[in-house]
Amino acid sequence: MKCTVCREPAAIDLRRHNSNFCPEHFLKFCRDQVSKAIADFDMITPGDRVLVAVSGGKDSLAVWDVLLQLGYDATGLYIGLGIGDYSHESARFARDYAASRGATLIEVDLPDDYGYDIPNGARAAKRAPCSACGLSKRHVFDSVAVDGGFDVLVTGHNLDDEAAVLFGNVMHWHTEYLGRQMPVLPARGGFPKKAKPLVRLGEREMAAYCIIAGIDYIVDECPMSAGNKHLGYKSALNDIEVNSPGAKADFYFGFLRKAAAKFAETPEETDAALGTCERCGSPASSDLCAFCRLVERATAQSVELTRRSAATR
Amino acid sequence: MIVHLRNPSRELEVGGPISVIKLLNRLDLNRESVLVVRNGTLVPGDAMLDDVDVIEVRPVISGGSS
Repeated sequence: MKCTVCREPAAIDLRRHNSNFCPEHFLKFCRDQVSKAIADFDMITPGDRVLVAVSGGKDSLAVWDVLLQLGYDATGLYIGLGIGDYSHESARFARDYAASRGATLIEVDLPDDYGYDIPNGARAAKRAPCSACGLSKRHVFDSVAVDGGFDVLVTGHNLDDEAAVLFGNVMHWHTEYLGRQMPVLPARGGFPKKAKPLVRLGEREMAAYCIIAGIDYIVDECPMSAGNKHLGYKSALNDIEVNSPGAKADFYFGFLRKAAAKFAETPEETDAALGTCERCGSPASSDLCAFCRLVERATAQSVELTRRSAATR
Repeated sequence: MIVHLRNPSRELEVGGPISVIKLLNRLDLNRESVLVVRNGTLVPGDAMLDDVDVIEVRPVISGGSS
């Protein structure tokens, strides 16, 4: 198999694009796809200060790398989730990448900074681990982006992520979520502008990008995600994709072109959702935001366990 | 050849020569869900794998609901 561009031996075949690429032209292909996404959806303006949510996984490290390659002022943000060895390993990959590129990495640690970890916090709050994790990460991402004066918050969500979320939202007709499933969301009412520059690239491409670019990342799956429904959606979509290359892209970009506007929030709906959390000042739909309620429950149980432990000694 | 698989981590012995696509079919793996790395280098679907090669089949699907 030869590179579609230069006829040198190919490292990867992309059936969706009916193309094969050598390492050099594959990296260029990825940069071009990110540049096109940024331009098409007005994600980042030259000179913007960009905050990249970094997990130590392939997608977030790849998007950080591409943005740095493209010359953007991109700072990383890593959140320690307190998920045992998995968190220690993923932090090491994020730090190693930042050190290798001389890039700035901001770190926030849920156990140290907020007094809970995801396994115990989710249990205390009676939430699924992925739900508690997502809520915690979104809050910290938003807070650091707003407080730090960043112009845009970038996440490593790729085409597979977006197609799987769309699949789930359509399957259950979560129309309120369909209205917000865009690759870029403008800043509003205390939330930063958010962008997903990898929407034109799939997971397989992002893993290949890291391998070819020499970026080490955490390959093992989060131990808390076993049975996660989105992993099931991704698997189902890949069963379709293997027999119909391009199906995932058609599904997602067809939605953006033909249907997303029909589900967009009205200005009244947008404004109605915005109050202020009396504890942290973040946007909230009640007195306390969902994150502060989670912290309250998670840390209350921690204090109770400590009290019981002391009483039995 | 030795084939390393992940999630869970394990090793298999597979006879070569065999193409990447045929190896994935034999392992009942979807080619959209994995990459194949031969002796540390990424290879495409038509690459031939020999008995002396060390192969990693790397899963690419990840992520929670956030």
